[in-house]
Amino acid sequence: MSSKSLFDKVWERHLVRAQTPEQPGVLYIDRHLVHEVTSPQAFSMLREKDLKLRCPERTFATMDHSIPTIPFVDGKPVYASEETGAQVSTLQQNCADFDIELHGWDSPNRGVIHVMAPELGLTLPGMTIVCGDSHTATHGAFGALAFGIGTTEVAHVFATQCLLQAKPKALRVTIDGRLNDGITAKDMALAVIAALGAAGGTGYVIEYAGEAVRGLSMEGRMTLCNMSIEAGARAGMIAPDDITFNWLKGRTHAPEGQAWDDAIADWKTLCSDEAAVFDKEISLRGQHIAPMITYGPSPDQAMAVDSITPNPAGDVEADGLEYMQFTAGRPVMGEKVDVVFIGSCTNGRLSDLWDVADVLKGRKIHERVRMLIVPGSEQVRRNAESEGLHDIFTAAGAEWRLPGCSMCIAMNGDMAQPGELVVSTSNRNFKGRQGKGARTVLASPATAAACAVWGEVADPRPFRETPHVA
Amino acid sequence: MSLEKITQFTSKTMVLEAENIDTDQIIPARFLTTTVREGLGKLAFYDWRYNEAGLPVNSDPFAGKDSGIHQILVGGDNFGCGSSREHAPWALVDFGFRAVISTKVADIFKNNALKNGLLPIEVEPKVHAELLAAPGVELTIDLERREIIRPDHWRQSFEVDPFGRQCLLDGIDPLGFLQSCETDIEKFEARQT
Repeated sequence: MSSKSLFDKVWERHLVRAQTPEQPGVLYIDRHLVHEVTSPQAFSMLREKDLKLRCPERTFATMDHSIPTIPFVDGKPVYASEETGAQVSTLQQNCADFDIELHGWDSPNRGVIHVMAPELGLTLPGMTIVCGDSHTATHGAFGALAFGIGTTEVAHVFATQCLLQAKPKALRVTIDGRLNDGITAKDMALAVIAALGAAGGTGYVIEYAGEAVRGLSMEGRMTLCNMSIEAGARAGMIAPDDITFNWLKGRTHAPEGQAWDDAIADWKTLCSDEAAVFDKEISLRGQHIAPMITYGPSPDQAMAVDSITPNPAGDVEADGLEYMQFTAGRPVMGEKVDVVFIGSCTNGRLSDLWDVADVLKGRKIHERVRMLIVPGSEQVRRNAESEGLHDIFTAAGAEWRLPGCSMCIAMNGDMAQPGELVVSTSNRNFKGRQGKGARTVLASPATAAACAVWGEVADPRPFRETPHVA
Repeated sequence: MSLEKITQFTSKTMVLEAENIDTDQIIPARFLTTTVREGLGKLAFYDWRYNEAGLPVNSDPFAGKDSGIHQILVGGDNFGCGSSREHAPWALVDFGFRAVISTKVADIFKNNALKNGLLPIEVEPKVHAELLAAPGVELTIDLERREIIRPDHWRQSFEVDPFGRQCLLDGIDPLGFLQSCETDIEKFEARQT
């Protein structure tokens, strides 16, 4: 038997029909996650063809992209526009019509879909998971094959529970050694994207391996896999291990009793064989990774926070620096910050909020800065509040919001003004992503919190070395 | 949605040289509040074309480019990266584009484009450089032969997903193909339980 990668194993388990030179494979989908923005047209396609939803029991929905994160008024959400409200009511109607479990306003589990689904145990090792959202790669942290699809493909999965897929190539990213104290999964993700380039992973599924990856918590692994698409890869995967199993045990949709034991035995086989062959490999040293920030409007334009911007390699980088109003050969540290955003499917989990609280405890954010802290889900919100984190945040002068995608995609009214500099824990710094003309620097929660305190782009490391002000 | 057959067509190119043109540039997220897929052409590259007041900017690369004449978009490397929004090809098709050419087209955008009759065409860097340097050149795209041809008989082959190509040549809806796999899907499901 030939050696196989983790990706090969999950892929082969789901082939309804094998790939031929003329036709892609037919891949069975275990979980289909649905949200309000990329689904309405797919439901319309079903209705136009008078088709049923094949497997409602494999389909789960929530709303996250366009919903308000400000408190309800008179017990009701206040939408940024009529359209966003209509989008949510369309989802509610579609889920009712097609018998889909919707985690709506009244659900104690509602949240950003890539935060919510793992919390519910909907994401399990070895599964195929899709969603009309490019950050579906997040679920690969559990050893699932998870990737984003377009709306027509959403309709395909609705109707057949399958997708036509040509098999991508395999890319292994190995991060050896240990991380230095205070370095997070977000810093690893940005370092990997900088190394690969924005298209370095196009056509590939990434497997993240190595000691520094194995040492990450599940939250950290989700952060790392989440940003695979920023290097062009549709999916990122990490082989499941005891950290994975311990995290999953007891969750709502996780197997129980004998089924759990059987599942563990099976999941333990989900790793790349020693002699597995990858089409491409890169490796990084964990100890060389510093707190990272981006300096241009592409996620691969990332560097150590205390570094200087490179001399532009071409027109693209020159244009990027101009947009960011940064100068070549100069530090970004010290640039005045207007807005800090903590949240998103990349960094909206409880451990991210701990990192922020570590910096903010006993401190105030700079008077110039507006800081939004948006939990990734209702579960995250409840847990944070039970630990009193929200009190630390509000005492520091930050806004503590309801769960949602918020300023990551700036569809819900949470946005920056033209020219404002935003330090954001989200995944994209594209021009205008957080508001027309807004300038985005991507960073970890700890770095973003340090920036909020200083009112400037700042290194988070000194905060770890200074005791909290009482 | 049945697909219109495409075998070949001729049009002028429009060039957007920037690399890594992401789908947020093609259609900004604030326009994704729609629940339909029609009429998005007017929002294509909106922030490249209009200022905060909604007035056209001087640098509008689309000014004077009649979409009926310029149906081929030549973009910089790594076209269509970022978000999976199918609104991006919907907007480009509604604007009047029928093909995008780059050295590399991002995976999800490529899949989405093919399903909407927008040809994602990948060419060698040398060919790409020639096309970037000649905005407005007339090209014939021959999907059957996988060739782009200039009036002076310069011709180059291109890469395109084989199955997507066949669907467009024959006007096959991929969903219909998936539905024809029903027996295999049922067998697969029976094996799982």
